[in-house]
Amino acid sequence: MPDVQPLVSEFVLKLKRRKVEGSHAVARQTAELLRSVVSQHRMGSTNQAAALADAIRSVGEQLISANPIELAVGNIVRRVLHIIKEEDISSTAVGIEGLSVTVDSDDEYDSGNDDHPTLSAAVLASHARNALRAPSLQTLLDDIPVSTALSRSASSTGDSDGKTAGDKSLKTRKLKHDVIAAIGDLIEEIDTCYDQISEQAVELIHQNEVILTLGRSRTVKEFLYAAKEKKRSFRVFVAEGSPRYQGHVLAKELVEKGVQTTVITDSAIFAMISRVNMVIVGAHAIMANGGVIAPVGMNMVALAAQKHAVPFVVVAGSHKLCPLYPHNPEVLLNELKSPSDLLDFGEFSNCMNFSTQDGTPLLNVVNPTFDYVPPKLVSLFVTDTGGHSPSYMYRLISEYYSADDLVVQRKSTS
Amino acid sequence: MSQKKSRGGAAGAGDDAEDLSRSPLQAVLLADSFTLKFRPITLERPKVLLPLVNVPMIDYTLSWLETAGVEEVFVFCCAHAQQVKEHLEDAGWTGQPAAREMAVTAVESHDAISAGDALRVMYGRGVIHGDFILISGDTVSNMSLKDALQEHKDRRKKDPLAVMTMIIKHSKPSILTHQTRLGNDEIVMAIAPETKELLYYEDRADGSHLCVTIDKDILASNPTLQLHNNMEDCYIDICSPEVLSLFTDNFDYQHLRRHFVKGLLVDDIMGYKIYTHEICSSYAARIDNFRSYDAVSKDIIQRWTYPMVPDVLSFGNCHEVKLHRQGIYKASDVTLSHSAQIGANSVIGNATSIGEHCKISNSVIGAGCCIGKNVIIHGSYIWDNVIIEDGCKVSNSLVGDDVHLRAGAIVEPGCILSFKIKVGKNVVVPAYSKVSLLEKPSNEDSDEELEYADTNSGVTDSPPFSSMRSNAGRPAVPSKDDDLGASETGTSGVLGYIWASSDTGTQEDWRQSIAPIPKEKLQEMQHAVSVDDDNGSEEDLNNRQYEQDHDGDSEISVVEDDDYTKFEKEVEETFQRALDGIHEDNLILEINALRLSYSLQHADCAGAVFYSVMRSASVAAQSTNDNLLKTTADALAKWKDLLRNYTKTVDEEMEILLKFEEMCQETTKEFCSLFSKILPYLYDKDVVSEDAILRWAEEKENADEADKVFVKQSDAFIQWLKEAEEEDDDEEE
Repeated sequence: MPDVQPLVSEFVLKLKRRKVEGSHAVARQTAELLRSVVSQHRMGSTNQAAALADAIRSVGEQLISANPIELAVGNIVRRVLHIIKEEDISSTAVGIEGLSVTVDSDDEYDSGNDDHPTLSAAVLASHARNALRAPSLQTLLDDIPVSTALSRSASSTGDSDGKTAGDKSLKTRKLKHDVIAAIGDLIEEIDTCYDQISEQAVELIHQNEVILTLGRSRTVKEFLYAAKEKKRSFRVFVAEGSPRYQGHVLAKELVEKGVQTTVITDSAIFAMISRVNMVIVGAHAIMANGGVIAPVGMNMVALAAQKHAVPFVVVAGSHKLCPLYPHNPEVLLNELKSPSDLLDFGEFSNCMNFSTQDGTPLLNVVNPTFDYVPPKLVSLFVTDTGGHSPSYMYRLISEYYSADDLVVQRKSTS
Repeated sequence: MSQKKSRGGAAGAGDDAEDLSRSPLQAVLLADSFTLKFRPITLERPKVLLPLVNVPMIDYTLSWLETAGVEEVFVFCCAHAQQVKEHLEDAGWTGQPAAREMAVTAVESHDAISAGDALRVMYGRGVIHGDFILISGDTVSNMSLKDALQEHKDRRKKDPLAVMTMIIKHSKPSILTHQTRLGNDEIVMAIAPETKELLYYEDRADGSHLCVTIDKDILASNPTLQLHNNMEDCYIDICSPEVLSLFTDNFDYQHLRRHFVKGLLVDDIMGYKIYTHEICSSYAARIDNFRSYDAVSKDIIQRWTYPMVPDVLSFGNCHEVKLHRQGIYKASDVTLSHSAQIGANSVIGNATSIGEHCKISNSVIGAGCCIGKNVIIHGSYIWDNVIIEDGCKVSNSLVGDDVHLRAGAIVEPGCILSFKIKVGKNVVVPAYSKVSLLEKPSNEDSDEELEYADTNSGVTDSPPFSSMRSNAGRPAVPSKDDDLGASETGTSGVLGYIWASSDTGTQEDWRQSIAPIPKEKLQEMQHAVSVDDDNGSEEDLNNRQYEQDHDGDSEISVVEDDDYTKFEKEVEETFQRALDGIHEDNLILEINALRLSYSLQHADCAGAVFYSVMRSASVAAQSTNDNLLKTTADALAKWKDLLRNYTKTVDEEMEILLKFEEMCQETTKEFCSLFSKILPYLYDKDVVSEDAILRWAEEKENADEADKVFVKQSDAFIQWLKEAEEEDDDEEE
């Protein structure tokens, strides 16, 4: 796809330069890019789904390596791969459905005695599931190869309706169209995840509760807004979230909406936690084990909450669900930013003076972006599909991703 | 392209129609520093391509420009233009325009010997249409240009004379810092706090005297001004197109700061103004010398330049680098022995192998290096494909590509080993030596103040080894041409030329080298500063209301001084150059420009020019009186047109006479006896008219006896003149 290459490399550059930051923006733009990749993709006559998936993979590989810390890129790439598979299967399933329907209508008079069509539908459904998920014990027991099931269904489609080769192009266009539509849904899902999540706000935030949050997360903000709109009255402690001090921004925004807000320093969290009823925070990514990668300082908050048995709730859209485990080698857990967030270079330039000692800088400044919060410290995840416990995360993830896409690498063409 | 423009313009959308027709943001990148500070390395490779933390410097600059939203860059190549162009192609900056938001065009010119020339060439090309960023290819920054650009544009709307915005950065307010951090001289700026207009700029090359001379007009016209000695000049300028034409009009502008900025600031006739923009949290620094190379490298490793750090920005064909604990950056396939110790803040390039028991700290090691056992590397910069055998020790030095250190070699602090140098077994390379395969150019101008290009640097490739070997045997050069492996000991086992330390003497070596400043020097400097501090505070004149920057500027005092002596000196220098063959018309223009910049009278000029002519004569004649008279006569004959140019009125002629008198009395006493002989000659050549001589005689009549010496000496001539005049009068009657 030489036509999309400029678009891709432009986005790669943006990612490399750290010009797009924040999971939401990254996820959305990745999805949009992949949508145009799909729409520009010229479909071959055979094996279209695989070719399309290959194209997505090659783009995805570039994107992921451009900024490995933005896990949302990889998430979206895997989601799109999953969508392609799903659409491929469902388009064939539609054919089968048609077949079975015709068979049903033909056999109407047989008072539904013939269970063959229903059986085939069941087999198909199970295989559709198998194609999407990791092979389970059930499939192994069933012992029916996926390919035969699919080929059978394809041939039966051809047989039953007597479709000509001309219809094939219609079908390919349909697959592409479906995939694009599904990616469109995905983008919409990314856009509306805030609303979905904040709908659950009233159930979680009760009257006169004290909520603690750290830094600024848009999801948290919308969540608190929603609770406020539903006439809940509650107070919010905002830890300022050094060194970027996004908490200050959040405090301002909350006050504009009429929420009782208290700004505290990050170091005061432990002192304040005993007065807090619930901690609600955002996340950078949720790992498959239920661990959370979140802005720096979060682990401290989580530990404080555990110590005082305060529920620690993480709100995050489903695009932040990452099918990888934190111990996977391709997961880059952290990134060190410029020390200028912490110190003014001018004032400290004499400490950066390498010529006065033996060339060894005595002052080192470390400015990590993220913290890892282990799953046992998280009480509840609130995603657009509802609340889940950390131990359920892997299950949720398996609904969104196919197991064989975890490592996004272009399969060898052989 | 048009799409991109509109996207870039979206930030400033909603403005008036002017924005719609705006031209794309352009930049001029000077891929030549026009200095010799990186010699001998720059003889073989242009400075902008030298690796800074394993990435060529120009990539940092280009990458920043692209991030900052520049849409078109003109890379001005001079020395080694071919190499620069090839690199631009390889790294994907030029070519495949569709993939980049920024178009990079190489502009090649081999005659340019200064930044001024480069800008004149750019003007000649006529490719710059709007505001542009002027930057040198050795600048590392991560600042956002948006605010500065907006400020510049707003100012331009109000005042079209605001031609330039200079980016400055706050640094630690200490005199020592400039020297110790970036190896620069201290810069003193006077800035109007309200408007941020730059009123005064001086980089203090000598650094010894600590008084700042500010013109009283500046104090008079600005109710408040801030003096800063705590600012770093980032050498990033936002310029209006006028800047280019200014350079073209004033063809003697060479150096951006010393000539252009000074010219603009002192010369208020054109009324152009320069403003400053201070950056706070972002980083910007220019690599000017080896010391700043060291400092900026370490800043990059410490991530001040984020996202321009090794593990984030991989340019072009660079390999992936991962950051490990304690600031250790490792490329993907490094072979590291288990017993090797890699200390903090180190970078190890791709495909490099490091042997057992090595100790590496605070160093950058390039790609493809092979390091043996028990090697100690500290605070050094090892470039690509270097072979270091067992037991070597390298500290605080720079080791170029393809260098081979045989077992046991020791490189002492401050060394620069240029490309392909071989150092024999157990050889000690003494501190601060610069070693190159190329001989030090002998016709080098020793004047460090002058900025000029690497004229000899047209060499694109180092000569083959064999030819160098035969040269290397010369007795003057401490190098050896035998098989290096054979020599077990000795101090001369270096294949290559050890450059004699620079003309400024060994004393300067430590200032701009990679090695830390020796303790004793540091103490000296601190001592010097504290002494000057005391003096400074006494001199402090608070005769006007001006705000001092609080941060320890007390050593700066405001002293009003006569510019004349300075002017005279400059005229003399100009004149000296004229002797070397500048055309006379140009000389006159230059002197006029000087006069304007010092805002002096024509008469002063006449005096100064005359002084220069006479000086040259006295220098040419070796002191014998006969000779002197003759050379003076010759000089006057030669330069009479020049002098006449300035002697349009009697006053100016008088000035010459007075100057002559003064010279005889004070500076060049050898003219003393010749006064009466030269005076008629001046008259003969129409340099001075009889009116002037007579008036001079009249004026002197009332003066002291001492002053009358020369009048008396030339009494006869004056008498003759008087008579001649009377005769004329008689005839008229």
